This record gives sequence, C-alpha cells and structure tokens, in this order.
Amino acid sequence: MLIRARVTVTLKNGVLDPQGKAISGSLAALGFAGVDSVRQGKVFDIELNAVDKQSAEADLTAMCDKLLANTVIEDYAVEIA
Amino acid sequence: MTTAVILFPGSNRDRDMIAALTKISGRPPLTVWHTETSVPDADLYVVPGGFSYGDYLRSGAIAARSPVMDALKRRADQGRLILGVCNGFQILTEAGLLPGVLMRNAGLKFVCREVKLKVENAGTAFTRHYQKGQILRCPVAHHDGNYFADSETLDRIEGEGRVVFRYAEGTNPNGSINDIAGIVSDKGNVMGMMPHPENLIEAAHGGTDGRALFESALEVVEAA
Repeated sequence: MLIRARVTVTLKNGVLDPQGKAISGSLAALGFAGVDSVRQGKVFDIELNAVDKQSAEADLTAMCDKLLANTVIEDYAVEIA
Repeated sequence: MTTAVILFPGSNRDRDMIAALTKISGRPPLTVWHTETSVPDADLYVVPGGFSYGDYLRSGAIAARSPVMDALKRRADQGRLILGVCNGFQILTEAGLLPGVLMRNAGLKFVCREVKLKVENAGTAFTRHYQKGQILRCPVAHHDGNYFADSETLDRIEGEGRVVFRYAEGTNPNGSINDIAGIVSDKGNVMGMMPHPENLIEAAHGGTDGRALFESALEVVEAA
C-alpha cells in the first residue's frame, strides 16, 4: 500500500538555534510584539510503498536515525496520514 | 608516503589539498571518487573542504552516507590516518568517525578570515611537530563550523585530551563550544578541523604554520 507520511525534525531543547533567533528578531521588527521565541525545524513529506502502516513506521524511524535527523542535536516525529 | 584525497560532488578545496600533499609528501596523492566501494592502500586519507552535495539536508550529511565512506571506515579501523578539513570535518562527524556535530555559525554569517589556533595536544599523529600551547595562524572559510557535542561527550573528549586545536585570542569565528577547532578520534588516528592548514604551507601563502601538521603525519607514517 502507498503510505503518505510526514517527518518533522526539530532541534533538541537547549541546542542553540541562531536561525530561529534571527527569525524571531525579524518578526519583532515586523511588529509582532508577542513572539517569545522561534525554533526552526524541517519537514519531510514522504510517500512510500509498504505492506502495512506498522512496517512503514519502522522504515521511517530507521530513515530518521540513519539520515533525516542528526540525533546529536535533533529530535524527530513520524506521522502517518 | 602515499596519500589519498576523497572527492565528492561539490568538493572545492581538493585542489589546494592535492597541491599541499604533493609539495610536502613529494608525490601527488591518489584521488578517490565517492562512488568507490574500496579505497586504495594509502598512509594518509584526506577528506577535503567544499560543499559536498550543496550542503543539502545538513553539511556533510549526504556525503557521509556515500559508498566510499564505508571503505574509509574500514581504513580507520585499521588505524590508518584520516584527516578531514572543513567540509571534511563535517563529513567525518556525520559519518560517526568523530563525535559531535558542526552547526550553523552562531553569527549566521559565512566566515572567511584568519584565526589564531592554540595547540592543545601536541602528542597526536597530526601535531607532533608543534609545541603544546603554541599559537598558530590559520585561515577559516565556512558557514557551519559551530562545534557542538552533548555535555557527556564533551567531558569525555576534553578529559581524554582529544581537543587538539582551540580558537585562541578571542578569534572563535563561529561560536564553537569550548572554542573547539579540531578534535581526534578515541584512537587518535582520525582528526577533523574547521581551519585550513593546507592554505598556509609556503611563503607564497603568507606563512607556513600549517605545514607541520602534514609533516607530523608524514613522520609518523615513515617511522612506522
């Protein structure tokens, strides 16, 4: 079956995110005074063929561990539609 | 001494590295394309700087998963010397040959300038021709040189003397934790560094502070 999945990769808590900080500053400059902080991440929309959702999830988790995320600094979440 | 340079799509400091290795070792290095599943016998393998795969996903991430890296890991296990400079350092961390990660520079800018490096460990295969505490000049040119490791890893590499070079005299260009500019693996045969020693090896470069790094590795190999 064709599985559609979304993988979200985010920086771990405590890891400095200078890009997020710059975006936060830019939002403040645009007048969005309420923005407290911004953390930038990545989203991967992946379509894959798998026998079932369970095996797709196992594959997607392995993809995150092996390539999509650097687990030294990043966390990931797998979401199957 | 036989040297080899690993090439990826987007490597661009390979020519400088090849010139330096040729001048210092007396013969041109072998070159190995990233699709190779084995690497020729060599005493020193160098992963040069550049923007392999356009820095897609993360700097060095795609290159680190290319076929040649499995072969390079086998050479590392044999105790061969491996040096990664700039993007090469990023690739070695992404491949798991060195701990930690190189993140976006804290100042967000690409930094191309000269920095000062302090030799923290003059006992490695790459630094035996330096003195501990010696201050070197060395150019840097990178966007993702901000070294980071979790506190446990950091304690371990600091405790084991594996921080080889630190940015000195307030010249940390990228926000690296503990001013780390270069580290070695647990066995000491794999080194990664952001600065470019290959660009300071002859008078025409304006200095020769980088030369001793290659001479150290050469001497280690010849003595073996």
